[in-house]
Amino acid sequence: MAPIGRKPVGALLGVLPFFAYTTIFLGIPTLIVVVGAFLDGNGHPTFGNLSALTQPQIVAAFIHSTVLSAVTAVLGAVLGALLAYAVSTAREGGLMRRLVASLCGVLAQFGGVTLAFAFIATFSSQGFLTLWLQKYGMDLADSNWLYEPYKGLVLVYTYFQIPLMLIVFLPAVEGLRPQWREATESLGGSTWNYWRHVAGPILAPSFIGAMLLLFTNAFSAYATAAALISQGSPIIPLQIGGTLSSEVILGQENVGKAMALGMVAIVAVVMTLYVVLERRTTKWLGS
Amino acid sequence: MSLHATRRRRQASFRWAVVGVIGLFFALPIVAMVEFTTRAPGGGRTLDTWATLFNFSLIDADYPELKHGVLASAGLTLVTVTIMLVMLVPTMTWVRLRLPGLRRLVEFICLLPLTIPAIVLVVGLAPVYAWVAYFLGESSLWLALAYVILVLPYAYRALDAGLGAIDVKTLAESARSLGAGWPTVMWRIILPNVRTAVLSAAFLSVALVLGEFTIASLFSRDNLQVAINLLGKRDSSLAIAAALAFMILAFVVLLAMSFVGSGRRSNRPEEN
Repeated sequence: MAPIGRKPVGALLGVLPFFAYTTIFLGIPTLIVVVGAFLDGNGHPTFGNLSALTQPQIVAAFIHSTVLSAVTAVLGAVLGALLAYAVSTAREGGLMRRLVASLCGVLAQFGGVTLAFAFIATFSSQGFLTLWLQKYGMDLADSNWLYEPYKGLVLVYTYFQIPLMLIVFLPAVEGLRPQWREATESLGGSTWNYWRHVAGPILAPSFIGAMLLLFTNAFSAYATAAALISQGSPIIPLQIGGTLSSEVILGQENVGKAMALGMVAIVAVVMTLYVVLERRTTKWLGS
Repeated sequence: MSLHATRRRRQASFRWAVVGVIGLFFALPIVAMVEFTTRAPGGGRTLDTWATLFNFSLIDADYPELKHGVLASAGLTLVTVTIMLVMLVPTMTWVRLRLPGLRRLVEFICLLPLTIPAIVLVVGLAPVYAWVAYFLGESSLWLALAYVILVLPYAYRALDAGLGAIDVKTLAESARSLGAGWPTVMWRIILPNVRTAVLSAAFLSVALVLGEFTIASLFSRDNLQVAINLLGKRDSSLAIAAALAFMILAFVVLLAMSFVGSGRRSNRPEEN
């Protein structure tokens, strides 16, 4: 029954379970990836795994993943921001807001298998839209565009990026006060002036931040592509998944770890960019 | 004032246009799922697939993997939420009370999974799970141990907001000075005061666990998504129906939750 503020050693015992748990299930896995990327099959240090990353299919997968994530981050951010603004003009607590918010919560979280199946039902050779368009002489069926990273995957990924953008960005848009608009108007400013000099700069940091978040979201996604694509591994998460589930070539046991390390490195760069940008924008806004 | 009214009207039409166009994009795959699952063999419509899906004894007999997946996901949800709450609420409260110096570190650890993709975590977890299987067995339920890590960032944010809104220190000191032990403080003082935050952390975790595929699939364990994916290889129509059914269920739960949350908030005085 020690009073609050004494016995720091005893107090540390209280956080021991948390640190033990996160060490086992977060710290050790991270270490295994980082260290394993530099070990060969016999546990000797090597740079062989990193140089294996220059294999053409792995390089292609990294490029596909990066471009796919960047394109869908921009598309998702722009469309999601428009949607967020449109929803923010609706009455607070109204049915439209609730519906859109709940729907976006589901669609952003329930990506993966459900989403892949939804697009198979729409665009596969027996899909709803494919059959419908065939009636009008347009044929989508003979190409595999749905399973290609720059075509089908862009469409599918955008489908879960827009709802995430709405969830992340809506609070920022809701922070816009009507008084600011009225102030602009009373000073003779137009709608364009308001967006260019008031709302735009205020929203810019959260917009860019949300876009970078969307990038990492798409970059990390595995389930959707795994459920959609049955042949080949055009993006990097599928490549990594392949090293786990299939027989690996002798001497390349840890290439998967090197690829995983590469993914973490890219995500870390994006996150650093986010921090730097945010600091700059705040400085610029503050001056 | 007429300027105001014009803008109101313009905003309303803009709102309907944007929500309409983007809504169409979102509705299309869902409509396609409904269309796909109601096709009759010779053309025309039938509800056979949906009848099968809701015929539980038939599902039990013919599609046991779906039943196992549902049960596994239900168990995983329960265990994940329990471990998350039992570990996070006391730790975060304790750090606020006694170890404020550790707050940054705890925050950093909790947000770390945001920068580590699930697929990377799987690579690192493989050896850890070899030990888990050795000590605890092969049950799918142990996936919950990894799921707790996945839900950490979301749960932390929700709980941190909740704890930040109450005066943890004063509440705990008053309770202690009246003779309450730490378990009583946690259970009867802190927890009731942050129940909205606990609820929201729990629901975020439920949504994430029900949608999880990556870890379960790569460790060859059962859960809802793995089962639906497997079913897709046997009977695509039934698999799509199952996927749609669980998505609608999640939507209804989230919508209901938005009413529960707002009902509680409106009872409280406005904070600004």
